[in-house]
Amino acid sequence: MAYFVQQVINGMTLGMIYGLIAIGYTMVYGIIGMINFAHGEIFMIGAFAAIITFLVLGIVGITWVPLALLLMLMVTMILTPFYGWTLERVAYRPLRGSPRLAALITAIGMSIFLQNYVQLLQSARNKPLQPLVRGGVEVMREGNFVVSLSYMQMIIIVVTLVLMVVFSLIIARTRLGRAQRACEQDRDMAALIGVDVDRTISLTFVMGAALAGVAGIMFLLYYGVIDFFIGFLAGIKAFTAAVLGGIGSLPGAMLGGILIGMIEALWSGYFSVEYKDVAAFSILILVLIFRPTGLLGKPDIEKV
Amino acid sequence: MAVTSVTPGADLRSLDVAAMLKEAGATAVVVFALTIGLVAFKTLDVPGGIGIETRFADVAMCMALAFFGRIALVLLREHRPYPVMAVALTFAIILTASLLSGQIFGPAAEAQMKMFLPFKAVIVSWIICVLAWSFAIRAAILMRHQGVSVLRDEREAMMDRVGAAVQRYSRFLGPALLAFAIVFPLLPFVDRRFLDLGILALTYIMLGWGLNIVVGLAGLLDLGYVAFYAVGAYSYALLATHFELSFWICLPFAGIMAAFAGLLLGFPVLRLRGDYLAIVTLGFGEMVRIILLNWYEFTNGPDGIGGIARPSFFGIPFKRNAPEGTETFHQMFGLEYSTLHKFVFLYFVILTLGLITNLFTIRIRKLPVGRAWEALREDEIACRSLGINPRNTKLTAFAIGAMFAGFAGSFFATRQTFISPESFVFLESAIILGIVVLGGFGSQVGVVLATGILIVLPELIRELHQYRMLAFGAVMVLIMLWRPSGLLAHREPTIKLGQGDKRGGEP
Amino acid sequence: MSAGPALLTIDHLTMQFGGLVAVDDVSLAAKDSEITAIIGPNGAGKTTMFNCLTGFYKPSVGRMLLDHPNRPFYLERMEGFRIASHAGVARTFQNIRLFPKMSVLENLIVAQHNKLMRASGFTVYGLFGLRGYRSAEGEAVELAKYWLDRIDLTAKADWDAESLPYGDQRRLEIARAMCTEPVLLCLDEPAAGLNPRESAGLNELLLFIRDEHKIGVLLIEHDMKVVMAIADHIVVLDYGRKISDGTADEVRRDPAVIRAYLGEEEEDST
Repeated sequence: MAYFVQQVINGMTLGMIYGLIAIGYTMVYGIIGMINFAHGEIFMIGAFAAIITFLVLGIVGITWVPLALLLMLMVTMILTPFYGWTLERVAYRPLRGSPRLAALITAIGMSIFLQNYVQLLQSARNKPLQPLVRGGVEVMREGNFVVSLSYMQMIIIVVTLVLMVVFSLIIARTRLGRAQRACEQDRDMAALIGVDVDRTISLTFVMGAALAGVAGIMFLLYYGVIDFFIGFLAGIKAFTAAVLGGIGSLPGAMLGGILIGMIEALWSGYFSVEYKDVAAFSILILVLIFRPTGLLGKPDIEKV
Repeated sequence: MAVTSVTPGADLRSLDVAAMLKEAGATAVVVFALTIGLVAFKTLDVPGGIGIETRFADVAMCMALAFFGRIALVLLREHRPYPVMAVALTFAIILTASLLSGQIFGPAAEAQMKMFLPFKAVIVSWIICVLAWSFAIRAAILMRHQGVSVLRDEREAMMDRVGAAVQRYSRFLGPALLAFAIVFPLLPFVDRRFLDLGILALTYIMLGWGLNIVVGLAGLLDLGYVAFYAVGAYSYALLATHFELSFWICLPFAGIMAAFAGLLLGFPVLRLRGDYLAIVTLGFGEMVRIILLNWYEFTNGPDGIGGIARPSFFGIPFKRNAPEGTETFHQMFGLEYSTLHKFVFLYFVILTLGLITNLFTIRIRKLPVGRAWEALREDEIACRSLGINPRNTKLTAFAIGAMFAGFAGSFFATRQTFISPESFVFLESAIILGIVVLGGFGSQVGVVLATGILIVLPELIRELHQYRMLAFGAVMVLIMLWRPSGLLAHREPTIKLGQGDKRGGEP
Repeated sequence: MSAGPALLTIDHLTMQFGGLVAVDDVSLAAKDSEITAIIGPNGAGKTTMFNCLTGFYKPSVGRMLLDHPNRPFYLERMEGFRIASHAGVARTFQNIRLFPKMSVLENLIVAQHNKLMRASGFTVYGLFGLRGYRSAEGEAVELAKYWLDRIDLTAKADWDAESLPYGDQRRLEIARAMCTEPVLLCLDEPAAGLNPRESAGLNELLLFIRDEHKIGVLLIEHDMKVVMAIADHIVVLDYGRKISDGTADEVRRDPAVIRAYLGEEEEDST
């Protein structure tokens, strides 16, 4: 039992990270109907921005951990949106209205480009970071086995939940959110009634990139090591999470993320670490066979 | 200055210098944000952790280039080519001279001219040089055409015509390419390196043609094509190492195994639409790779399988000395022994396999099943209303595409004599898909052209080595932006009545 | 009205989407060599009924019996594509669904898929270019030519379908449906968007199909001029229910129909 609880806590933490990335996929897919394949790279760039910020802070002399963390969060959330924005502006906007495959290939091309861009600039080596947040609380004890919730996990879960609430409020309450939902329904109509479609789409990318950046920091802090290739696997798992939850749905992305995280943690805990990804993808295939639009996606009636 | 027929400035808005500077400034700010993190600071490995190194000069250079580049773009947009021409041309000439100084004036001059280069990396300077030239050329075009820039639609129409022309001449172009491919290994300058490159290119061409059946004809977005390639490669490798079966016996079997894998995946997932199918196939590709990596007893895991037999010339080996009582290839044909022979032979094997794929595709397009594939790509609902079974039709496309990947995979195994899961990563699927899409849907020659651009060119330009994948990604994006439907996209009907008006679309 | 057993009998057909009842307990019969028109205001459930009939939706309740010359078929039990391939029910769509990037002729050849598939030995013979397949393809082209002549598109046979003018596309879609050699043809607003001349041509085509090919035609149409001119039998739906059924004159005088259309006199503006 204790072991199970521990795996659930670990899976939850991992799921939060996937969920944050998945929101970016789901928002972009909702609004322009394309898989932003390069989104995982933005997550990776976020992690790099965070580690560089930390090192620079060390040189400047800011070593008080809470302040350093806050500054890392801020810098990353400012820098990654520029990547998201540029990506949309340079690579995707000119292709709006082109064959869908063209946009997909461009996105894959961008993903390859960004990966190698970071590799060239920062070398292909692993970048380790010593743990900044140590310790945790004991949740329960069963014999010798102690179930703990580390402070890092708490930070990840709390920050994710706060961001989730903030973003849900933005989508539900603000002008921007309304514009986004309008563009999702019908872009031409939205433009006719005065929604600045280009700006709305740009802001969607900006928001998604900011969240991916945050996920990048968390990944860095949680695992303590990053390289230029982390974006790929995290990216496809997050996309899997978005599809699993029902693409286009924000709570769905979060739910999917948590599910994927749980499946991974539990599978690793009880069966084998090596096949955790196989388990995640198998569940995805199963869900799609029985619920082709994902868990929280609206079942779509075929328009004939 | 050139004499202009139209009164200059009459149709021009006055240039808003402030707005222009603002726009350029904004670009520079964006570039600053993009470079400050990753370019300005380089993480270094130092004992006990990582250190950092600064490169602020590069950031400043990027910003300056972005600033002036943007100004040039604005000027071109506002039909003022002359200043752009002057600056871009000067810049381009200086850069070109600096870059070529080593070749022209010797190493001493090269060291001196180095200071003119904006970046240490030569290839980056070359790219900037090319950009400067392209600005100069665009300015020149603008000067000649007096403000008529080449519009996107015109360019598209032009490329459509090129695609159609290629298709029309493919009757000659195809055999010409084939003749070249046949003569290629016999050309005097062709050494081992060229031969390897030829084999590599042909492998990708064959994979491109195979995937074209799935993506180009049937319109099924498959991001896990490499999985079938892997199944083929491992099928052959395992059969060859465990049972010592020859390549020619295993080849069909590898194809069948891959097709079977295609059916296995396709059966549950083919009713998913577009992007869902894409993510599921991607997942499948990763699953296959992970299984190959971890099923140690069966696949030897990350260590891979080595010592895979090379194909023999229908039973006759390519060896220097034959075992008692047999003959080797060079003895049989009375040739002097050369290690090159077996590579020439491999080259012809993959050429044949590629040709089979191509002929098969050409043929099947004109059969009911091929037409049904294309119809499904166009409109699945209409297909159902005509009594076409969508699932079976898609499955055949998927399985046949997978089968060709299996053939190619077993060739890959026999050429490398060693395979490991590392060869079957997602990037390979992306490259193959890139070849198909960039070449232009359904265009067989397009696949060849795209392979040339994406595979052969980077191998030939050696300076590119560490920038290879960076350039690869960039080229993929640029070609798609330049021509979203693919370079040689053009569709020729599979059957013609041949009477009445010319085809629509070009009235 | 000609006598004889009904080709298609629909009994108590009901189609629900969640709480919405799009088709509510509709029964009707359509005969061979007759044009049966289904009319009604927008949202009356006409297209939904077609979608049930052609297998795109599974009806919630009801039976649809097709009296095919070979054997009877219960359409509600069949997979969508089999309704076309086995039971011989062909249809067109409200928003034309051609294969836009394929040529006009190819559109008509694709419609003969199943026949050609058998002739090509499920691709195996065809791959080796055996004669059996070639002659079958020749026959398929002949059938396509026959319909091309009928719809005056022979000269444009090698055009891409998407480059045809709107009216041609509508006729091509009907020809494509006819190339499946159906026993029942379902047309969803074939006259929508046609000018009066094209509309007259369409009437002629539909009458030709009825008289020469002796098949049943089900027709959803808003254009009352078309309906009154060619329909042998009219069924009126409103809010998913059948409110009237009979010949043109009977329906025209039916008080229920007048009520349903009252205030909707511009019924042909969709």
